[in-house]
Amino acid sequence: MDKIYTLEVKNVMQVTNNEYDKMSKKASPPSPKLKNCINAFLIGGLICTIGEALRVYYTSLGFTKDGVKAGVSVTLIVITAILTATGLFDKIARYAGAGTLVPITGFANSVVSPAMEFQSEGRILGTGANMFKIAGPVIVYGCSTAVLYGFIIWIFKLY
Amino acid sequence: MAIKQGSYTFVLPTRPAIVGSAAVVGSKEGQGPLGTEFDYVFDDVTLGEDSWEKAESALHREAVTRALAKAEKTPSQVDMIFSGDLLNQCVGTTFSIRELNIPFTGLYGACSTMALSLALAGLMTDGGIIDTAIAATSSHFCSAEKQFRQPLEYGGQKPPSAQWTATAAGAAIVEKGGKGVEIEAVHIGRIQDKGIKDANNMGAAMAPAACETIASFLEDMGDTPQDYDMILTGDLGKVGSTLLLELLELEKGIDISRVHSDCGNMIFDFETQDVNSGGSGCGCSGAVVCSYIINRLAQKKLNRVLFVGTGALMSPVTSLQGESVPSISHAVLLTSGGQ
Repeated sequence: MDKIYTLEVKNVMQVTNNEYDKMSKKASPPSPKLKNCINAFLIGGLICTIGEALRVYYTSLGFTKDGVKAGVSVTLIVITAILTATGLFDKIARYAGAGTLVPITGFANSVVSPAMEFQSEGRILGTGANMFKIAGPVIVYGCSTAVLYGFIIWIFKLY
Repeated sequence: MAIKQGSYTFVLPTRPAIVGSAAVVGSKEGQGPLGTEFDYVFDDVTLGEDSWEKAESALHREAVTRALAKAEKTPSQVDMIFSGDLLNQCVGTTFSIRELNIPFTGLYGACSTMALSLALAGLMTDGGIIDTAIAATSSHFCSAEKQFRQPLEYGGQKPPSAQWTATAAGAAIVEKGGKGVEIEAVHIGRIQDKGIKDANNMGAAMAPAACETIASFLEDMGDTPQDYDMILTGDLGKVGSTLLLELLELEKGIDISRVHSDCGNMIFDFETQDVNSGGSGCGCSGAVVCSYIINRLAQKKLNRVLFVGTGALMSPVTSLQGESVPSISHAVLLTSGGQ
């Protein structure tokens, strides 16, 4: 569509968007990547060590292999839910970053935190509707990827 | 009656006065460098309410009530209230003042709302349209996080350029012919957008708006930065303040570094309070201006302060759609009065 008219604009700044983008990148300090990586390694590693300890413990109790797998995950999820509900998880996560985000703790926290936050809008349209607000995309694309890979494996097995 | 001076500035010949002002804040702000300046510090940021939205309204109501008490006014003596906040449909304000029965003009200027409400209150009282007005605003860390970012207990990291929304509210009673800190001139800003898309870097998005407003104000008034005791932006934070000084020097050849302060850099302690680039939110500049600044002006420790509020006018929807952040900046020249 043709423009009906153009406006004469005065007092536009001289600096271009590109130049300003460079200025702003220079003025904005970068995230401390090395420190973040070290913290993530240490705390993420600690969580995995706890998981491993739980695995050894549950195995010693005589659970089946599947039972041990489920037991370890559920224990970590429950611990995360308690830490989230008591307001401690986000304080740990601030230092741990990917260390708490990548293990199952990150997933558990991303479900519990909106469930708590939206309580004030009611059980159904608050907690219920918002619980998977953050975790939802992970489930959607996780399932989609599983279907895609399953399909590829199925094709290869045909021949 | 306000006189338009230059391109964008209005000088107010009757010099409406701020006859009372109050600022109330949450515990984190209370522990900051300005903690003792505020009228009240709420240790419990829920304020006894069962939602963050109600908590923000309660904070807003407290600031308005305290300002009215300090000005020795009742709600029926006020002709109009200019106020707004960050929440959708400005519910922080509307639920706060619904029982006051005062004619209400709702404003959305994001973090520039205190400057915008003071400017409008000044213009309306100076114009003789009304005698007494309230200018107010509020923000609450928890309600803002819920609306704009992630749930409160979500565990994530913020980049160093991000700002911390202050839990704070400020209110000022503006009266024609009153005694107190005076509003000498106001400047309604124009939207600037230099293409910053990172909603975690609002300081960078807002600096161009502050640059335009400060440069136009100085030009309209025929002033230099040395004519002011302070040019106070609110709230650019560390990143935005650096960019503002650079932009003003580069674009206009103006150096304000000697007189420049920023509410977002004043309200928190960078060393101990883990706030990344500084404070933000309507209540940040609202509370700093309605306590520390107005008190210093009243004590004549400061005489001329150019308060330049800055606001980032994006929404969570436009950010997700990949739009840049349009920004605005309004200015109010506050003087100690009696000259």
